[in-house]
Amino acid sequence: MIIVSRRHALGLLAAGALLACTGAAQAQQPIKIGSFLSITGGASFLGDPEAKTLRLYADRVNKSGGVLGRKVEVVIYDSAGDAKQAVTFARRLIEEDKVDIIVGGSTTGETMAVVPLAEEAEIPFISLAGANVIVEPVKKWVFKMPHSDRMAVEKSYEDMKKRGLTNVAIIGGSGGFDQSCRKEGHALAGKYGIKVVADETYAPTDSDMSPQLTKIKNTSGVQAIFGCGFGAPTSITARNWKQLGMTNIPFYFNHGVASQQFIDGAGGGAEGIRIPVPALLVAEQLPAGDPQREVSLAYIKAFKEAYNLPPSGFGGHAYDGFHIAIDAIKRANSTDKAKVRDAIEKTSKFIGADGIYTMTPQDHMGLSLDSFKMVEVKNNTWKLIE
Amino acid sequence: MAEFLQFLFSGITVGAIYALVGLGFSIIYNASHVINFAQGEFVMLGGMGTVSLMLAGLPMYVAIPLAVCLVVAVGLLLEKFAVEPARNAGVITLIIITIGASILIRGVVEVVLGKDYHRLPPFTGETPIIIGGAVLQPQGLWVIGALVVVVAVLRWFFEHTRLGKAILATSYNPLAAQLVGIDVRTILLVSFGLSAALGALAGILTAPITLTKYDVGIMLGLKGFAAAILGGLGSSYGAVAGGLALGIIEAMSAGYISSAYKDAVAFVIILGVLFFMPSGLFGTKRTERV
Repeated sequence: MIIVSRRHALGLLAAGALLACTGAAQAQQPIKIGSFLSITGGASFLGDPEAKTLRLYADRVNKSGGVLGRKVEVVIYDSAGDAKQAVTFARRLIEEDKVDIIVGGSTTGETMAVVPLAEEAEIPFISLAGANVIVEPVKKWVFKMPHSDRMAVEKSYEDMKKRGLTNVAIIGGSGGFDQSCRKEGHALAGKYGIKVVADETYAPTDSDMSPQLTKIKNTSGVQAIFGCGFGAPTSITARNWKQLGMTNIPFYFNHGVASQQFIDGAGGGAEGIRIPVPALLVAEQLPAGDPQREVSLAYIKAFKEAYNLPPSGFGGHAYDGFHIAIDAIKRANSTDKAKVRDAIEKTSKFIGADGIYTMTPQDHMGLSLDSFKMVEVKNNTWKLIE
Repeated sequence: MAEFLQFLFSGITVGAIYALVGLGFSIIYNASHVINFAQGEFVMLGGMGTVSLMLAGLPMYVAIPLAVCLVVAVGLLLEKFAVEPARNAGVITLIIITIGASILIRGVVEVVLGKDYHRLPPFTGETPIIIGGAVLQPQGLWVIGALVVVVAVLRWFFEHTRLGKAILATSYNPLAAQLVGIDVRTILLVSFGLSAALGALAGILTAPITLTKYDVGIMLGLKGFAAAILGGLGSSYGAVAGGLALGIIEAMSAGYISSAYKDAVAFVIILGVLFFMPSGLFGTKRTERV
C-alpha cells in the first residue's frame, strides 16, 4: 500500500514538474511565421531569394532580442511551384506547426489555392505573389506584397504615352504569369489611348522567337513592343529583337525580367529595353532624399554579407512581407490572429524594399504606381530614367 | 520572301538542335532498344558543365573538352551502375531506370550548380548574317555544321569500323552477337559513352542559342525524342530529317498560322505521320519472325 502511494506521489510530482515546464515554455514560445515558397522548380528564381531573405531576417531579429521578448521562428516548406503541394504545406503550417501568420506563396497559383484555407482558418496570410486577383475582391485575411502585373503594364503604358508611342505589339509566353500580364495589356490599352496591333505567343520552352518577332516587324504601324514573361525565354526574345535589327522599335518588358540574369542571358540584346522595376534594383541611383534608398541599401548590404551575392529584385517581396508581419505583431502587441490582421490592415506609410505601403480595408496591397521605377538597360546594368 | 526565309532559317536552326539531340537517342536505341530518357540530361550537363568550368576561370577551349569528358563519365557510370545491373529486366524497366536517372541528375545539378540560367558566348561572335533580308545566327551555322559532321562520322563508324558493326549486330540479335564473340556488355557501355558525348556536344553547341539551365534537358530531350520518333528510331538520317522537319514546321506555323498553336500544329503533324508510317520517316519495318 505504502509503495503504491509513494509511487503515486512520485507520479504527481513528475506531472507537476512537467506542467511547470510547459508553463515556462509557453511564456518563451517563439513567434512562428510559416511560409511555403517555390524554392525549387520553375519559379525558384522567386522562392529561392525569398527563403534566403526570410531566414536572414529571422536570424537578425533574434540576434537583436526578438519581438515582444519572444524569439521569431520561420517554418519554410518548398512547394516547388505546385498549387497542390502549397495547400498541403499550408494546412500543415496551420494545423501541425500552429504558426501565428503565413508569409509566403511565391506564385499566384499557389497563393490562390491557399486563400480559401487561410480564410477558413482565420489566419493572416501575406502573399508574395503578383496578380491582382489575390486582393481583388478584398479577402478579409489575405494581403499581398509586390507590385501587380497591372501596375507594370500601367507604368509601361504611361511611359509610352509620354514618348508618343500608341501602336503596341504584345509578345509573351503561354504560362499563367505571362497570360495574366497580356490580359492586363489588352484591358488597359484604351485607358492610355493605346492600340494593340499585334499579339504573339511562344511556349515557355521555345529556343527561338524570331518567327514571332518577324511577324511583329512586318505588322504595319508598330511603334513599341511590350513583353510579358520571365526567365530564359525573355532573354532569348531580347536577343532575337536585336539580331533582327528591330532596335528602332522601343521594347518594354514587365517586371518579371528584373534580374541580372535577364541581361546576361540576352548577351547584349537587352540594351535599350525599358522595364518597370522595384526601387531595390536601382537603390544606389535613387536621389538622396528618397525614403526607399536607405531601406533598400541596408537590405542589399545584409543580403550580401550573409550570402555573398546581391539580392535579386524578388527577395524584396519577402523582406516586405516579413517586416510588415513583424511590424503588425508589434503594434498589436500580441500574436492574436484577429488583432494582427487588424494591425496589418492599418499599416501606414511602411517603407519596404518594393515601395511604400499604406493598407486600407479596401486595399490589401497598399502600393501606388510611383513605387515602380522605370529603368533602361544600359551597359549591362539598370539605368534609372525619369 | 524575306519573311519566308526568316521562318526557314529560324526553323532550320532550331531543327538542327532537335536533330543533334535526337541522334543521341538513336545510338542507345540501336545498341539496346532502350530509349534513354536521360539523354536530355546529357545535353544539359554539357552546357551547364561548360558554363560552370568557365565561371571557375577556365578558358572556353579547355572547358569544352573537359565538360564533354565529364558527361561521358556520367554516361558510363549510369550504364555501369544503373542499367547494367538490371540488364536482364526487360526494356521497359531499363527505360524507367533512365527516367529515374534523369530526375537524379537534374536534382544534383540544381543543388550543386544552382537554379539560374546561363549563356555561353557564341563561338564566332554575335553579328548576324543577313541573307535575302533574313537573319541567320552565326551560332546556328555551327550547329548545322556540327550536325553534318556528326552524321558523317556516325555513318562511317557504324558501317566501316568493327566496333560500329558490333553495335549494329548487337542491336539485331544480342544472343547471336554474343555467340560470334561480341562482348555485348561492352557494346552497351560504349553506346552510353558515345551518346553522352554526343549529348554534351549538343548541349555546348546550342547553349549560346537556347541558354542553359538545370532543367533545360526536359525540353530538349522531349523535342529530340519527338525528332527521333518522327524520323524513325535508330536511323541517323531519320533523326536529322525528323529534327529539321519539326523545327521548320514549328517556325512556319508560328509565322503563318498562329504562334499560340504552333506546338499543337507540330504534334498533329507528327501524329499524322506516325499514323501512316508507324516506324517513322526512315525507320525500317521490324518484322517478328517466329
